[in-house]
Amino acid sequence: MTLLALEDVEARYGPVQALRGVALEVPEGAIVAVLGANGAGKTTTLRAVSGTVRWSGRITFAGKALGGGPESVARAGIAHVPEGRGTFTELTVNENLRLGAYTRRVRSLQADIDRMAQWFPWIPERAGQQAGTLSGGEQQMLALARALMARPRLLMLDEPSLGLAPMIVREIFRIVRELNEQEGLTVLVVEQDARIALQAASDAYVLEVGRVAVSGPSEELRENESVRRSYLGY
Amino acid sequence: MADFMQQVVAGLASGSIYASLALALVLIHRATGVINFAQGEMATLSTYIAWTLTTNHGWGYWPAFVFTLIVSFLGGAAIHQGVIRPNEKGSVLRVVIVTIGLLLAINGLVTLIWSGEVRAVKSPFPTRTVDVGGVAISIQDIGTIGVVVATVVVLWFLLQYTKLGLAMRAAATNPGEARLVGVRVTWMLSLGWGLAAVLGAISGMLAAPSVFLDPNLMAALLIYAFAAAVLGGIDSPVGAVVGGLTLGVGLNLLGTYVDFVGADLRLPGALLVILVVLLVRPSGVFGRREVRRV
Repeated sequence: MTLLALEDVEARYGPVQALRGVALEVPEGAIVAVLGANGAGKTTTLRAVSGTVRWSGRITFAGKALGGGPESVARAGIAHVPEGRGTFTELTVNENLRLGAYTRRVRSLQADIDRMAQWFPWIPERAGQQAGTLSGGEQQMLALARALMARPRLLMLDEPSLGLAPMIVREIFRIVRELNEQEGLTVLVVEQDARIALQAASDAYVLEVGRVAVSGPSEELRENESVRRSYLGY
Repeated sequence: MADFMQQVVAGLASGSIYASLALALVLIHRATGVINFAQGEMATLSTYIAWTLTTNHGWGYWPAFVFTLIVSFLGGAAIHQGVIRPNEKGSVLRVVIVTIGLLLAINGLVTLIWSGEVRAVKSPFPTRTVDVGGVAISIQDIGTIGVVVATVVVLWFLLQYTKLGLAMRAAATNPGEARLVGVRVTWMLSLGWGLAAVLGAISGMLAAPSVFLDPNLMAALLIYAFAAAVLGGIDSPVGAVVGGLTLGVGLNLLGTYVDFVGADLRLPGALLVILVVLLVRPSGVFGRREVRRV
């Protein structure tokens, strides 16, 4: 079943048109990657879905038209980890996690917080630490954990590899893949690092100046001559 | 020594009034990023409402007190929704100018309704003193300190230990992220303005019995509150409280023991504090300079 579908989505920042009719589909339970050069519209695609940029066209989520501001999108079950970590730097690790579950009405979050400790073993000992004092990798993981606290139906990750050491990037993608395999989490990931994204994703879309240039299963894109030359560099 | 302690307690009492108003300034500065110059006038309006209820309508002091807090809360939130929010997208200066406009408007409104006449306000506390180990402490001072301490504890609990408080802090420090986790940021900011109005109302109602009520009740108090907030760090609620108490005690002791300061140089003393803190340590004693690793 298709969980998220974009049809003919356009978005602009003032005079600059960032998206020129993007169409993509994310099947439930899949990891889908969005690739492309800087300024191709990858981040804007995610921002359109989460309602943080104004867009026109059609976005459906779980069969319903998606609209309204980011607050309603979050309530609909989409967790967006924006580019550049996306943690509340002045709040503690524990408070970040609690905020992640803000839209859920549950008595206790302890079970969820324990679950995060299984994925990210360093979290319990840092629970009271201010998030801004964590390392870049830890902040990215905290942003991921915070998003998972919402128990989202769709997780959107924007450039999780940005500015991180290759080992940490691999670790993050390993966790995302395991979450997908073990818990059926649906993921839409935007990534510069095409190689690692294509390893994790089942399908991918390549954006060029606000349009989908190529799309298909990851194995096919890996074989695609122009994708290889432009984004994989071999 | 007894005299000294007496002055310290009196200083704590006026300091807690500064602290409450300073806390209001800090809440709004955190939420909206500006100094609310109308904070004092909003408090004056609240105080007049309480005065009218007790004097003209025969309400008891505490029912009027609680009712005034509720009205102030709603008023503060309404000011945010109606006047501040439409200007929030503009520059900081624009919002500051709006708050100055509010100051003038509320001052004018108060004068229009209640005239400029100076009124005496009854204190809810007896004017007696109690003897604590040879120190005569006025019950009014103790009551004032008690009310502010209780308010601060409730506020601290709300902000630190409730989901709502967490959402308010998130909305204030990082509105973009807060929206992404589903926090309705505008409501949270309105809530912050409402709470600030409540804090201001408390300081106004506590101050009025000792300084008389007129439309400019809070003019000097606002300067003290600025000084307290700047001293503690304009983004730090703890700083506002400590700053307020320190300022209250400090100015009171200076006024008592340093002859040339007397009562007249208290206000310039507060201005001096503002100046020195801004020059030496602009983030205040408790203010955090941004801690961030990239």
